[in-house]
Amino acid sequence: MKKTKISAIIGGFGLAVLSVVLIAADHIDAPEVAGTSTDIADFYAFQGENPDNLVFVIDVQGILAPGGPTEQALFDENVLLEINIDNNNDLVEDQVIQIIKRIDPTTTEDTMYFFGPASPSTSSTGLDSTIDASNLSGSVKISTTTDVDITTATNGMMFFAGPRDDPFFFDFTRYNEILSGAATGFANPGTDTFAGTNVLSVVVEVPKILLGSGTVGANPLAPGTPVYGVWVEAKRKQ
Amino acid sequence: MKTYKYILTFTAICSSLLFIQCSDDDDNGNVIGLATCSDGLQNGDETGVDCGGAVCEACTIGLDFTGTYAQEDQMGRPGINTVFGTLGMKDAFNVTIPSEMQAAFQTSFQANLLTLNPDYTTNALGLDAVTFTTVLSNDVLWVAETGITTYFNGTEVLTGRTLSDDVIDVSLLLIFGGPAGTDNPTLTSDFVSSNDSNFSTSFPYLASVN
Repeated sequence: MKKTKISAIIGGFGLAVLSVVLIAADHIDAPEVAGTSTDIADFYAFQGENPDNLVFVIDVQGILAPGGPTEQALFDENVLLEINIDNNNDLVEDQVIQIIKRIDPTTTEDTMYFFGPASPSTSSTGLDSTIDASNLSGSVKISTTTDVDITTATNGMMFFAGPRDDPFFFDFTRYNEILSGAATGFANPGTDTFAGTNVLSVVVEVPKILLGSGTVGANPLAPGTPVYGVWVEAKRKQ
Repeated sequence: MKTYKYILTFTAICSSLLFIQCSDDDDNGNVIGLATCSDGLQNGDETGVDCGGAVCEACTIGLDFTGTYAQEDQMGRPGINTVFGTLGMKDAFNVTIPSEMQAAFQTSFQANLLTLNPDYTTNALGLDAVTFTTVLSNDVLWVAETGITTYFNGTEVLTGRTLSDDVIDVSLLLIFGGPAGTDNPTLTSDFVSSNDSNFSTSFPYLASVN
């Protein structure tokens, strides 16, 4: 009975996406962004190898079959990626890192530019943003399958942009079979539907000192731990 | 004696000159690199005059960053819109700022939770349906300023999200597992517990392209 109800509610969605490609943590999560260059696939935030740093990972435009992913998907000069950091748990961004592709005028190479972290002007919180070019922290040549580039900025930030193995793992095929009523539960062992697939990634490592302080009490499950509230946005040039 | 002093001084000067010269060849030296970032020359690994390369600021002359960018997608925690968004509301969720999400979506998230699992009372975190969907509807990812960052590691809860965190199993367990995490055992894990490629402990952490 339970499975039938699950199927009834989101089975329709499951079937719809089956005919497209795949969803993951956020891959093609909604009709208007599915399959576009603003479609965020995944977002991670964790402490870096250097414990004084935080790492943000943004994956876009999954799922890419192995071999030649840069020919299948490219970063878009009209899409601004923003990492938002809320320091005081009011769910409004206090610091923003802005990320956008341009062609480096001197090298003529595809390059990702990183601005901030910086306090957004009032006009740049919320849904619409402008880029404050004076907040430039650095840039990195966009990597390809064979040419991997990393840069470290003078403020200690580190940058990467390019194709990587999709870090997400999930037996998505079986999940859809459950939703459609073809299976009653997960298989043990499961099969990672994302094994061997690629995604376009942007990785930013940031010294925590550039982010200011988090706040205690925001997370009821870890009330004594100071936390930042973070999220990523994809915005298209108007 | 005087000559000896003179030689010593001369040697000292030469040594410091030599030192500077040596350092100047080191493109990775921040101090020297910064100095060459303002000398009006393209040197070191600069890709333009006083810009580009590993140390100097990026070259942006001639680049256009103007214009207004309007939001189309957003994400905090994994799978929130995918699992709890309803058809017709998913696009709206992606263009609702986090501070307005709870008012707009908590009720429908709760209805979806109870449709997914009609027997839901509380979950392994002790959260009833209202509390659980209130937490979820404020879709920002908490990340600890200090200490362990993990979605769930058996002890720490929602203090970040690392690449190796099994967020699917955490989500399934909290939706279907009931208060003890033991309900619906065939729905509380997909039995895929790790990525197929190993992650690196160093930047950029993700595994190489396939």
